[in-house]
Amino acid sequence: MLIRRRGTGARTEVASPRLAAASPESAFVLHVDDREIEALAGHTVAAALLRAGVTSWRRTRVTGEPRGVFCGIGVCFDCLVTVNDRPNQRACITPARPGDVVRTQAGTGHGDGASPGARDG
Amino acid sequence: MVGAACAYYAARAGLDVVLVDRGPVAGGTTGAGEGNILVSDKEPGPELDLALLSARLWREFAAEPFGSRIELEFKGGLVVAADPRELDALHALASRHRASGVEAPVVAADELAHLEPNLADGLAGGVLYPQDAQVQPALAAAHLIKAARVCGARLRTDETVTRVLRAAEGAVRGVATTRGEISAAAVVNAAGTWGGAVAALAGVALPVLPRRGFILVTEPLPRLVRHKVYAADYVADVASDSAALRTSPVVEGTAAGPVLIGASRERVGFDRTVSLPVLRRLAAQAIGLFPVLRPVKAMRAYVGFRPYLPDHLPAIGPDPRVPGLLHACGHEGAGIGLAPATGHLVALALLGRATDLDLAPFRPDRFEDRVEQAC
Amino acid sequence: MADASRGPGARLAVVGAGPAGIAGAVAAADAGITVTVVDAGPQIGGQFYRQPAASLHAHQPGALHHARGTWASLRSRFERHIAADRIRYLPDHHVWLAQRTDTGYRLHALVGPEQERSAPVSAHALLLATGAYERVLPFPGWTLPGVMTAGGAQAMLKGALTLPGRRTVVAGTGPLLLPVAAGLAAAGARIEALIDSADLRGLIRHAPAFAASPGKLVEGLGYALRFARYRVPIRYRHTVVAAHGKECVEAVTVAALDRDGRVRTGSERRIACDSLAIGHGLLPHLDLALSLGARIEDGNGPGVRVDQAQQTSVPGLWAAGETTGIGGAALAEVEGEIAGGSAASWLRQAANPDRADGGSRLLVSAQNARRRRRLRGFFAALDAVYSPPAALTDLITADTTVCRCEEVTAAAVREAVREYGATDPRTVKLLTRAGMGWCQGRVCGPAVARLVAECGGAAGALLDGASAPRPLARPVPLGVLALDDPDEEGTREHP
Repeated sequence: MLIRRRGTGARTEVASPRLAAASPESAFVLHVDDREIEALAGHTVAAALLRAGVTSWRRTRVTGEPRGVFCGIGVCFDCLVTVNDRPNQRACITPARPGDVVRTQAGTGHGDGASPGARDG
Repeated sequence: MVGAACAYYAARAGLDVVLVDRGPVAGGTTGAGEGNILVSDKEPGPELDLALLSARLWREFAAEPFGSRIELEFKGGLVVAADPRELDALHALASRHRASGVEAPVVAADELAHLEPNLADGLAGGVLYPQDAQVQPALAAAHLIKAARVCGARLRTDETVTRVLRAAEGAVRGVATTRGEISAAAVVNAAGTWGGAVAALAGVALPVLPRRGFILVTEPLPRLVRHKVYAADYVADVASDSAALRTSPVVEGTAAGPVLIGASRERVGFDRTVSLPVLRRLAAQAIGLFPVLRPVKAMRAYVGFRPYLPDHLPAIGPDPRVPGLLHACGHEGAGIGLAPATGHLVALALLGRATDLDLAPFRPDRFEDRVEQAC
Repeated sequence: MADASRGPGARLAVVGAGPAGIAGAVAAADAGITVTVVDAGPQIGGQFYRQPAASLHAHQPGALHHARGTWASLRSRFERHIAADRIRYLPDHHVWLAQRTDTGYRLHALVGPEQERSAPVSAHALLLATGAYERVLPFPGWTLPGVMTAGGAQAMLKGALTLPGRRTVVAGTGPLLLPVAAGLAAAGARIEALIDSADLRGLIRHAPAFAASPGKLVEGLGYALRFARYRVPIRYRHTVVAAHGKECVEAVTVAALDRDGRVRTGSERRIACDSLAIGHGLLPHLDLALSLGARIEDGNGPGVRVDQAQQTSVPGLWAAGETTGIGGAALAEVEGEIAGGSAASWLRQAANPDRADGGSRLLVSAQNARRRRRLRGFFAALDAVYSPPAALTDLITADTTVCRCEEVTAAAVREAVREYGATDPRTVKLLTRAGMGWCQGRVCGPAVARLVAECGGAAGALLDGASAPRPLARPVPLGVLALDDPDEEGTREHP
């Protein structure tokens, strides 16, 4: 069983080998704001974040609420995140690639709104 | 919007008003408008006089309770010229504007960036129009209607007028609709692009034709565009009689975040099919003015039909051919901006009072000698 | 060549590489037609047959699906046609516009996850197999991270072998909840409860339709057994009333419903969880069909109207699968096969109008027609059983977010209807911004339509806001839109 624990220990993720019996290629590093998380080739950015215990990576424009994955299939645009300086990428359909720099975003994603990873606007 | 303004002013003046629409509030061109409140694109003369009166009335609206709820922004307009020839024409128009009392200071090429930091380099110069403003049209119409209802006006939506009822001697006595009859001493035709059809119900001709326009709406953005910015050839497009496609960039930010990109004009009837060539041109021209828009995403596109009358002036006021019938339509692309003045004038006409603008240039029967049919 | 030759070089474009699209492409290719399949995903399969990425080396990916045989065979036939150059397969292509041209159709697709360049695809005929997405009706707390659609939780599991959390509540209504809960449980999630608002007595009322598909009944029984094995408590005639938590979901409140679908006060119970997988049925993607002018009907929910040969009201345009009305993967395959065969015949006939094809227009084998009828009947019955009660709008409190993208509350929507004369969903959009955000009303459309109806307005010609046109089916960078397409008016195809 693969278990990933977040620093606070609040959530754990489990991927059971029982069913799909996956033995993935070697993991690589994704930079997410000021930390590093592990990702597997073939994962989307959303999957990598969820497996690392991260459930939200965006603050909404008007009320600053946290958002993460909702529909999971690229229809709802809730899971928007900045990847390699491209804002408003749907994390659930964006493949994670080695060395990707992922930044949480706020506001319109174009540098407005306070957030740890926001670009200077 | 025009109907809403007529209802608002008439109800506030104490008249008993029933506002009827075959669809919902803002269901016609109003729901497809950009929200232009411009003096800058009006030829000096009756059109400009109407626009100046209306701009003043919009400022009065700002002080009303609903003023802060309709995204009304007195941001000013910046008209830019791409080359010296265009600049000359722009300066000439601005000079005539100033002679008519419009504020229109010239902006030198090297001052443009100060007003609009994201504007492209290399433009020849521009003119600033501080009296230009912007509003969210559907919200404005809805709030005006609500205010009218507070004064006793009644709203009937999803109800189509089928006949204008006339008394034996020919005067209007009301309308018949899909839900029954409404008796009234006066009927105001504020049916916009469908004003010709409503006029026909009263047995008169009003040659309103649709002039299709597309608008692109971007994703929400931080404030990139401070004014309503448009190219000098926009004025020529508005004034043109051509049925063929004319496009000229109009770019503005909105309070809600997205940037609106216009403007196209063509006479193709009521064809709502998306025209990719038009959208391409709008996108290319917008990037031409604001290169920062290149990676920005267009989220949606929508279409609207401006009510076009052959001499580019609306039809406002009593119809001499039918006592009791008034018109308030045919404003082409200026219906939002000109609505308050139109409503104000119509209310005065309904009350039988003198109007503060001469309505003669807007007479609804001025096309009688024309062969063109209303659609 | 200016003249549209619909001969042997004729081309069918298929949008969507799920069961309907693949079945359609294979059927057309079998009949000698060259096909281009365009799909937004990186692999074929759509939602139903979603596979983990190859690099995850899943040993038994089929273990995640419950109908392995037919898909495996369809997939290998598809791959053989690709190898033989009869099918061109374009993954990671997101169609943002479909147009009719003089010679057929032209699609414009954004390429890759970055979606920063566009590729055109032309064809003489078009099959829309664009699938479905989930309807979720709002409730307090539904925007909390950790709350995702049931299909989304399944997509995470199938595509990335990832669970939404450790303790999951599966809720809502619809046949999708069963495989989602079963799949998550089998993968090691603890399913705290399966909460479904449906009233199972509906199953008895519609027994004949269910009995006609015994395979489906067996499937249903299989789930019941699995839930017993994994000890998943199931509550029918229950609904999630609220989700609670600060930065993510920590618990949900569940309540029983009475006959009218209204919450039975006093029945509320709190269930601790760290994830909620919720869905209230599926809705077809209708954007491309609408923009091409195809007639939409409201049968069991909205769908593109098609005839016996799966042809739409627009010449040269076919539709199959969820696009024509929600009906599951097996029905999608049957409809796709019929559509592909019909399109092939149409294309061949147009190329050889003089040749008597001896009833080539009769394209539906008796067997396929029977299967289609049976499966449609089954899903019509399911739809009746699993229809979310109208009273679910009672749960939508004033400050519940209705439009997630623009953060518009139910109070604003209700005010627009009651105070400002917004008697239809489009006007609500204009006055409140609900539906103007990134998803362009796909998620909030159903809720807005129901709130409009609740306040006495007209929900619109079709429920769920399905009739709203979206000329741009995807967000398009202005720089991409600005590029001239040299073949815009022409008939030459791009390689």
